[in-house]
Amino acid sequence: MTAVETERRTRPQVGVSQPRRDAAEKLRGRAQFVGDMLVPRMLYGRVLRSPIAHGRIVSIDTSAAESVPGVVCVLTGADLRDIDPYYGHAIKDRPIIAIDKVRFHGEQVVAVAAETPAAAAAAVEAIVVEYDELPVVANVEQAVARGAPLVTDREAKPGLFHGLGELPERDGNVCYRYRLDKGEPEAVFAHADIVVEGEYTFPSVYQYAMETHTVIAQVEGDEIVLWATCQHPFLVRAEIADLFRVPVANVRIQVPYLGGGFGSKSYTKMEPLTVALARKAGRPVKIQNRVGESMVTTRRHNMWCRMRTAATHDGRLLARDVVCLFDTGAYADNGPRVVATAGDAAPGPYRWSAYRVDASCVYTNLAPSGSYRAFGATHMQWIGESQVDEVARRAGLDPLEVRRQNLLTPGEEVRAGGKPLDADLIGDVEKVAAAVGWHEPKRPLVGRGVSVGLLAAGAHPVSSAVCRLEADGRVVVLVGTTEMGQGPRTAFAQIAAEELRIETERVTVRGADTRFTPYDRSTGASRSTTVAGLAVQRAAADIRQQLERIAGTDEVDPADYLALMRKHFGFSGGELIGRGEVAPVGTGSYAEGPVFWEVCVGAAEVEVDPATGFVRVRKTATAADVGRAINPQLVERQDEGATLQGLGNALFEELVYEDGLLLNDTLLDYRVPTFEDLPDSMTCVIVENEDGPGPYGAKGCGEGALAAVPAAIVNALADAGVPMNELPLTPERVWRRIQELKKEGKWQS
Amino acid sequence: MEIALSVNGREVRRDVEPQELLLDLLRDSLGLTGAKRSCDVQVCGACTVLVDGLPVSSCCYLAAHADGREVTTIEGLAERPEFERLEEVFTRHAALQCGFCTPGMLLTISSLLERGGLESAEEIRQSLAGNLCRCTGYRGIVDAVAELAGVG
Repeated sequence: MTAVETERRTRPQVGVSQPRRDAAEKLRGRAQFVGDMLVPRMLYGRVLRSPIAHGRIVSIDTSAAESVPGVVCVLTGADLRDIDPYYGHAIKDRPIIAIDKVRFHGEQVVAVAAETPAAAAAAVEAIVVEYDELPVVANVEQAVARGAPLVTDREAKPGLFHGLGELPERDGNVCYRYRLDKGEPEAVFAHADIVVEGEYTFPSVYQYAMETHTVIAQVEGDEIVLWATCQHPFLVRAEIADLFRVPVANVRIQVPYLGGGFGSKSYTKMEPLTVALARKAGRPVKIQNRVGESMVTTRRHNMWCRMRTAATHDGRLLARDVVCLFDTGAYADNGPRVVATAGDAAPGPYRWSAYRVDASCVYTNLAPSGSYRAFGATHMQWIGESQVDEVARRAGLDPLEVRRQNLLTPGEEVRAGGKPLDADLIGDVEKVAAAVGWHEPKRPLVGRGVSVGLLAAGAHPVSSAVCRLEADGRVVVLVGTTEMGQGPRTAFAQIAAEELRIETERVTVRGADTRFTPYDRSTGASRSTTVAGLAVQRAAADIRQQLERIAGTDEVDPADYLALMRKHFGFSGGELIGRGEVAPVGTGSYAEGPVFWEVCVGAAEVEVDPATGFVRVRKTATAADVGRAINPQLVERQDEGATLQGLGNALFEELVYEDGLLLNDTLLDYRVPTFEDLPDSMTCVIVENEDGPGPYGAKGCGEGALAAVPAAIVNALADAGVPMNELPLTPERVWRRIQELKKEGKWQS
Repeated sequence: MEIALSVNGREVRRDVEPQELLLDLLRDSLGLTGAKRSCDVQVCGACTVLVDGLPVSSCCYLAAHADGREVTTIEGLAERPEFERLEEVFTRHAALQCGFCTPGMLLTISSLLERGGLESAEEIRQSLAGNLCRCTGYRGIVDAVAELAGVG
């Protein structure tokens, strides 16, 4: 052993900004993504997608495509008669490829596998499909209207991971409904001094992970091997096994680095189609989406909402009433969970005497909507918080004061039967307000806003991890968490190093491979550091305990690890294997949850140009209330990334549909934030109260800022004189609103 | 058609289709996968490589057009001695997350640094607006480039 290997670690490994473990690979262009991978005998898949939003498939002529040189096979719905080809983790409503009908613009109709991408593309061009167009359900209002055409008339079967109790009967186009009730809101509204009321719309947004959905599938007998851009390989594994009727353990999913996810790669996306195509081709197939295809693979729900808030004349919040309709598109995807999470976020973290929330997940003939960072909370927080600000205005109070008076405090009930509040929200909002100079004087047309919310985080708390202490003193962590940039391979290495009292550089965390890495439910819901990180901590602690047993003492010096291993194994080989598991306390059900409440607290300062309607975000601040920051720099980067996404969601991101047709399916006309949108000042306040359920009191972050920032921007813009009830805050929309305000004599600036 | 070009200092001769893109030549024929495909419309910058020292979007640049030119990809840049400083500063600022935009970002930045003239944070932001990053929120990258360019 060298001196370096035996040197006892002296400094702490967590709570410090260690360099990313994947930095060199990524900076040098060596990091492998699925699109970079080649498999022997691999073919290239390409998909013909529906040009219409709703129609019956009259005929498909693939004869010309099949004769294109290099084409190996062509797949249609008719090839799936030997299986039940419908999937969906919440509701099994989605066919692997269109069967008889298309239900959205961009739905997969025919897939081709060919020797080259060019041959596959040429074959797709040669396919002729005849459609009989059906009436289009273009938005949620049409979907819930009396006599609306049904988007789907199949029996609603629950998926493998519905997770929301009994799946209710589908009601017309409403596939799921989440309600919360407390007290008697109507009685409160009838006698309230202040009632704020409004209708609001939130646009559909594209997550834009820069790496599009990409899958390589190989089917040999009843063994299915995938390399896939999926955040939740273990859940996808189960769905693939279920669809293709093979044992779960026969499905192997390997996830290398992901080029961003943000929820767009959660649950099952392009995997079933790629497997079906590989199965027919008898050879491995790669399908790599173009951006326009990923836009219709999943998107953020657009939403309509009506909300009312009641308060006393001196600003005490009394009751809230919320009705909202979420557009889940033609297939439910993660819509039910999004709607439930929105329902939980809708009241906001205040001490209500009564509320009623009625949130519906609605089918339309648009592309399916699923997860996107801080789903539900992003949808609701800007609405609820703009009403709280309006209460403050009418009560003549500072918005911060109204929040101090009404916010829940740690230990108070958030939702009946669920986890009580585990964060200091008043402290958090005061910190972000200070960071944007809340009490400093400001010019006309400049406004400041704060926002406070909670996001049910952690998903189902099931994760496991294995640590291997090798005979050279190095440690390998096996864990199913996927690395999509958020940094778990670094954070987990730090946690294992801390437990084993060694340097982080001696720990390696590799990618997920369901054949070898133990089960981790999913990578999302800000859960990895908290839940999988706890499993890693336990696995490393397990090794430590084994070493203590070998030594016969609980005072083991890391410098003696190798000598102890030699003593145990009798030679300089062998390895110690530590196992860590996290399972729910109680049932782990959604009703008893969440694992923790993720804090969504932010502040913003904006300036509006009344001549153009252009809104410039000058300052933002967010609170990363993380319990304990394992790596403070990575925490900051998470909040900064979420802040920019929140800025895009608030100011300009919107998928534009007309009669069910997506109009802006390229980045030329779907604009995402660039360097030039960076606020002049962007502060992430890290709050460490060691009040989380994860390792060392940690809890997750990275989503809250995305819910908080649009709400803070909306409130800041209202403070500057322009209250808005429709996002995004495009110059045109803001300018038109200013003209209305001028006409009504309400334009102050 | 046959083209001859220099890729990362090595002579390459290839028979290419007239419509073949430089990105596909690099990734599929030469196995240089550091340049990434994302937007396909010259907006995101993930496919950025240097042609005769200047950044181009290889997703919209014909392979045939690179005939007789010098192409540098991230694999080539990473072999240069000055890369170590880029790597050190980017790592220290955690100016990357998923890493998908990173190679293109670094090529754009190295070209800007070589030409000089990045004199303010504002200029850095404007000059980099052709490279998107969806993860970092840009601040770490701006800080890293400011340090590399000696902007206070």
